[in-house]
Amino acid sequence: MSQSGIVFDIIKYSVHDGPGIRTTVFLKGCPLDCIWCHNPESKKLEPETTTKITRNKVLKLSYSETKDVVGREVTDDEIFNEILKDRMFYEQSGGGVTFSGGEPLMQPKFLKSLLLKCKEHDIHTAVDTSGYASKEVLDSIAPFTDLFLFDLKLIDEEDHKKYTGVSNKLILRNLIYLSEAAGKIRIRIPLIPNITDSESNLNQIAGFLSKLKNISNVDLLPYNELSESKNKKFCSKVQLESLKIQSDESLTKIKKTFEPLGVEITIRG
Amino acid sequence: MNDRIKTLREKSLNAIPALSQERAVLVTEFYKTGAPEKFSVPVTRALCLNHILENKKLYLEDGELIVGERGQAPKATPTYPEICIHSIQDLDILNTREKISFKSDDQTKKIYDDTIIPFWKGKSIREKIFSEVDEAWKQAYAAGIFTEFMEQRAPGHTVLGSKIYSHGLLDIKSEIEIQIGSLDFYNDPEAFDKREELKAMSIAIDAVINFAKRYSELAKEKSEKEEIPQRKKELEKIAEVCSYVPANAPRNLWEALQYYWFVHLGVITELNTWDSFNPGRLDQHLYPFYKKDIEDGTHTPESAKELLQAFWIKFNNQPAPPKVGVTAQESNTYTDFCLINLGGVKENGDDAVNELTFILLDVIEEMRLLQPSSMIQVSKKNPDRFIKRALKIIKTGYGQPSVFNTDSIIQELIRQGKSIIDARNGGASGCVETGAFGKECYILTGYFNLVKVLEITLNNGIDPKTGKKIGIETGNPESFKTFEELLSAYEKQLNHFIDIKIKGNNIIEKLYAKYLPAPFMSVLIDDCISKGKDYNNGGARYNTSYIQGVGLGSITDSLSSIKHNVFEKKILSMKELLKILKSNFAGSESMRQIFLSDTPKYGNDDDQADSLTKQVFEIYFNAVDNRPNTKGGKYRINLLPTTSHVYFGSVCGATPDGRFAEEPLSEGISPVQGADVNGPTAVIKSASKIDHLRTGGTLLNQKFTPQLLEDESGIEKLTQLIRTYFRMDGHHIQFNVVDADTLRQAQKEPEKYRDLIVRVAGYSDYFVDLTVELQNEIIKRTEQMGI
Repeated sequence: MSQSGIVFDIIKYSVHDGPGIRTTVFLKGCPLDCIWCHNPESKKLEPETTTKITRNKVLKLSYSETKDVVGREVTDDEIFNEILKDRMFYEQSGGGVTFSGGEPLMQPKFLKSLLLKCKEHDIHTAVDTSGYASKEVLDSIAPFTDLFLFDLKLIDEEDHKKYTGVSNKLILRNLIYLSEAAGKIRIRIPLIPNITDSESNLNQIAGFLSKLKNISNVDLLPYNELSESKNKKFCSKVQLESLKIQSDESLTKIKKTFEPLGVEITIRG
Repeated sequence: MNDRIKTLREKSLNAIPALSQERAVLVTEFYKTGAPEKFSVPVTRALCLNHILENKKLYLEDGELIVGERGQAPKATPTYPEICIHSIQDLDILNTREKISFKSDDQTKKIYDDTIIPFWKGKSIREKIFSEVDEAWKQAYAAGIFTEFMEQRAPGHTVLGSKIYSHGLLDIKSEIEIQIGSLDFYNDPEAFDKREELKAMSIAIDAVINFAKRYSELAKEKSEKEEIPQRKKELEKIAEVCSYVPANAPRNLWEALQYYWFVHLGVITELNTWDSFNPGRLDQHLYPFYKKDIEDGTHTPESAKELLQAFWIKFNNQPAPPKVGVTAQESNTYTDFCLINLGGVKENGDDAVNELTFILLDVIEEMRLLQPSSMIQVSKKNPDRFIKRALKIIKTGYGQPSVFNTDSIIQELIRQGKSIIDARNGGASGCVETGAFGKECYILTGYFNLVKVLEITLNNGIDPKTGKKIGIETGNPESFKTFEELLSAYEKQLNHFIDIKIKGNNIIEKLYAKYLPAPFMSVLIDDCISKGKDYNNGGARYNTSYIQGVGLGSITDSLSSIKHNVFEKKILSMKELLKILKSNFAGSESMRQIFLSDTPKYGNDDDQADSLTKQVFEIYFNAVDNRPNTKGGKYRINLLPTTSHVYFGSVCGATPDGRFAEEPLSEGISPVQGADVNGPTAVIKSASKIDHLRTGGTLLNQKFTPQLLEDESGIEKLTQLIRTYFRMDGHHIQFNVVDADTLRQAQKEPEKYRDLIVRVAGYSDYFVDLTVELQNEIIKRTEQMGI
């Protein structure tokens, strides 16, 4: 049966969302409310009007008339046809598709249907998630997901609540669960000045990760890069510009924190 | 780069292009001797070359290792009055115009006024062309339907093969003598013509050998006076090299380079061949010499590099000859399109990338000169590290080397009837043009304006710019019931103008065959000697005439707009559309916005638009491909613009894609500026929908922000992007990596950005030398990528 869902953008030649040349599909809706989120319009599940943007023109996922409409209900076939257009690029480069958001796990049936279609065509799949979802939802998509891009922000539960609006208990539990059960996991840490980039938070993340299996990479996403890049998951709704951004030296130091893990560490995804 | 090269490079960069009267004076002097009355045309031309080379001033500067200049000094650029005559007004414009100027003084002007102009008036090939072609040709030409390459420059556009690296000119001369001896005057009615042509080739060979001898003597003279021991030794070496080559086959790297350079000077002195001749597969030709020199200790990689760099600078010293007439006011370019090919495959099909390939890439990176231009031939057999090395040069914003698909080039050549060996030894030259190096006369005959033909179709044969009827009546578009009727009218109109173009070509090619043969070029290109025929008269093994289609993106988007908005969505009638176009969108901005942003566009992997690209491609292909030319060869198409998309845009009114009147058209097979909004994979997918293998070259220009190439992962992904395009048979892709702010700054302070080279369209040029329109276009494109 054909599934439909709400998608607010598709970016091709997306080069920072996993291996090779990828297409990133942005599913709308997110249960978190991070204060640095640059895409407040991605939070609500439903399409909504806002004041800017024109994006992917072929599918008119988000378009501009008198007002900008963000997100549109689309069928899995419609999205998959768009994904399939770049098949040869994925095959040549070892790339594939990344489902991002929002939080893609907010639309589990739609996501699963897309993942299944990708696997039928032997296309590599990645899911970029905050990890905030039920175990059942994770179980339903994990078998068809080659790589999880798992965002890890804060280990301290109170801080997590304060800055993202939710507790991190479920997130951490899911990460442990996935590391036991799933394929590869790539940890992504947004380095938000004075929020996530503190020495103690990063030490705690490193400590937490040291107990996990199947972690292939740790990606450190510096704030200044995030705000400039097309990465739709992170940026600011509040003005964070006054905050000090990470210098090269401090990034090297942060990198060192994660070296004992023995996995590949990259600055920027 | 060492101090010697630094100094030579600076001298070349700082040399001011000047108009040199030397060649024009010598040619005139020669023609006044009465020789043309005494000798056959080919012999006259060979004797003329000899007269120039025997009498021209030599130039041998301190520190030079490779010697020889076309003019009396670097960037002293000759004119070719037997082809076109520069008027005093031309000289004034060239002297004073802001961009691409050529300086001349009062004495030069006086010589042109007193001697050159009066002698050549009525005799130049340009005048012959304009008196022989018919009225329909002249009208279409004036309307900007097509351009004509050979009205100011001789047919050339070929690349040297491997012959000179194993044969001295004396060896070739013996072949010619044998050929003369074996002419069969009893049974071959053309035997006399052949003998005259072969005699001319032989004379041309002597002319070039003697020219080298003059350099040898000059170097010897200088060495005797030289006090610095090292320089004395170098001058002695130069004297030795120039006495040995080009007469004999080269024995080492130095001799190979110097041999080529004399050959190059011979070709560009004989005629102003368009586009300029070049050594082609340089890493292949030179590798055996390099290897031997390294093994026997003659050279280290460093000293070999120094020689190669000295060689590079020589190209930069030879600007493209200046034009005449109205076009003298346009800026054009100093570049003469010498395109060095690196990589590809060997003639047995093996991966051809070698150690020297990488050294030459180092040379390209260090020299950062406008000329010669460079490209990499990428075969599926070549290693990724070869592409990555090239991308590290490209990412510095230099615009070189450009990237070509060897496997496609080979298939294109084979489809045209070349042998697999000749195809593998071939490559691309000029902008992107496929050729069998050393074996083919392939000439670009002119650009063809795909968009202007639509404009004339929409006006039922009339050019709205002048009100003149220059096309055929294909029906009032308001009466068309379906889009297919329009497309069929377009096809008829296009065929009509292609016929006119080819009729003109068939006259012009014959004029060159008859009046301006090129005996020295004929020495170099197989099989002119064995056929006893001139390069300009079908002597080459393969003979191809190209007509280059321009504006594929613009024509697609225009047709898409008509199909989508008039015939399908019916948001306006044909009558309303024509009215809007006539008024250049005055008062119709909202409709223009719909055309711009709510209409399927080429470059987005959208079949609604791309299916039209395919249809236009087929119409154009069918109109041109496989028609016979005058040399026993065929017509083929390619899709490249150089800068003609700007000129062609200037003659077109507003178009249904939302483009204002006179704005540039799209270039090559790139999307309309700003129409592609789905990133590079979508552009590549759209561009792959036409069949590149049935062309002789396509040009795709892709701009990247430097950020995308910042790290190894970015380089890796771009490498695979190229590989994917080539898996889909893409012919060529080039990258411009530069940010818009830098370009804007360069516009403001050109003096500070004199070395900023950007990729224009199939070639690189100094940004500050471009017209403001082209500069703005490049800025616009750059910003588009940077959003």
